[in-house]
Amino acid sequence: MTPVLEVQDLAKQFHMHHLDQVLHAFDGISFTLHAGEFLLLRGPNGVGKSTLLRTLYRSYLPRAGHIWYHTTEGRIDLATAADVDIALLRRREIGFVTQFLIARPRVAAEDIVSEPLRRAGMPAPEALDEARRWLAEFGVKRDLWRAYPTTFSGGEQQKVNLARALILPQRLLLLDEPTASLDAGARAALIRRLADLKAAGVAMIGVFHHPGDVAGLIDREIELTAQEVSQDVAV
Amino acid sequence: MTLAQHSLALRAPQLMTTPPLLTMTGVSRRYGDVVALRDVSATVYPGEVLGIVGESGSGKSTLLRMMNLEDTPDAGDYRLALPDLPGNLFDLDRFARRMLCATRIGIVYQNPHLGLLMKHTSSGNVAERLLIAGERSFAALRGRAREALDASEFPLDRMDARPIELSGGMQQRVQLAKAIALEPVLLLLDEPTTGLDVSVQALVLDTLKRLQRDRAITMVIVSHDLGVIRTMADRVMVMRRGRVVEQGLADQIFQDPQHDYTQQLVHAKL
Repeated sequence: MTPVLEVQDLAKQFHMHHLDQVLHAFDGISFTLHAGEFLLLRGPNGVGKSTLLRTLYRSYLPRAGHIWYHTTEGRIDLATAADVDIALLRRREIGFVTQFLIARPRVAAEDIVSEPLRRAGMPAPEALDEARRWLAEFGVKRDLWRAYPTTFSGGEQQKVNLARALILPQRLLLLDEPTASLDAGARAALIRRLADLKAAGVAMIGVFHHPGDVAGLIDREIELTAQEVSQDVAV
Repeated sequence: MTLAQHSLALRAPQLMTTPPLLTMTGVSRRYGDVVALRDVSATVYPGEVLGIVGESGSGKSTLLRMMNLEDTPDAGDYRLALPDLPGNLFDLDRFARRMLCATRIGIVYQNPHLGLLMKHTSSGNVAERLLIAGERSFAALRGRAREALDASEFPLDRMDARPIELSGGMQQRVQLAKAIALEPVLLLLDEPTTGLDVSVQALVLDTLKRLQRDRAITMVIVSHDLGVIRTMADRVMVMRRGRVVEQGLADQIFQDPQHDYTQQLVHAKL
């Protein structure tokens, strides 16, 4: 079985110029992930779990190491891949689910959710039907579908966010505490969707505040341990 | 700059096989003693939105004007992937430049006076572009002007109002309609929402987003407002004193800025 991802000796640190200080995040992270595998990142708060996910997604630039990602056209090192290649992979194969929705003013919930499908080339009417199906699945009330999520509560925003993030099946999915602030119904819908994606071969790496939520999905765990000056930096 | 110690150097594109739409290489421009651009290079891929940020005097608007061929640099090369114009666009004569800008490149300026004839009708302003491109039938001119104004979400019952009678947000929509009327390959936006009320700004940005999504127009947007850049751009170029100090994916520039100056910019944002 070919791996989806091979991470070798990955290291991240932040250089904060105004303090003339280097914040160490993590060092020497190595693991391999196969299609359909679910990897849980564990460790105390601030140990760098979210930082690792963001580095894999390249929102953060690694300091050293490799992130070999296997595509149908050969492997590419996400640690040093060109920005346009990363953008392309994000559109097609690598998804990131956070607990926060970046709601745009005056864009309806159903349009936010259908956007990834439209970008992938699906005609607008079908994309909209599919978006509505997922909004319903995550328990967003029908009268909110045309409304702007900027005015929604945190929990409702998160449902829109999840519907958008999971509507287009990816090959690799990074999950940063997606169950935070979800009600029981939405959490069940999320876990159903993740189980389906896993069965379809999507490889996943996740951080969960309550790993019990996804206990049935986990294949392997990685424990991140605090190093000297390990610190999770939110910029 | 000590970037090398803290992050890895990136490679040339490997998966992206489509060539860039816009390639600018080694562009320098000096006005008297002032160096406006120092050895600036940029690439923009089809359908991409490139954001350029930097403080006043960083050279970002000068660079955009170069992309619109309003000025010629002291050195540098500029190409668009257009089969009929394969060479350095800076070598084109005045007439060829004017034709290229009118038909293939659209621009929206911060100041609507630069882009519009304030005392002609709004529809007339848009139709003028079409006239340059050779359209002569009155019905076709009006029809296509109406279409472009509609796509820019301009209220059509006001299409014969003169820009001077319109609000700032509406003036920007007329500029946008004029810019997209001929379906340009490249849309340049120079501080398109600066000076507008925040609520109007959000509406104009939303229109731009919608256009980008529905038509996959390649855009370059210049703004000193990081919120605008964050909303619009896929990739960001940070300029200071005529140089590019850093470039990267928009989320990386905002979440993990490498250069001292970019860190200051990002941390200064409200």
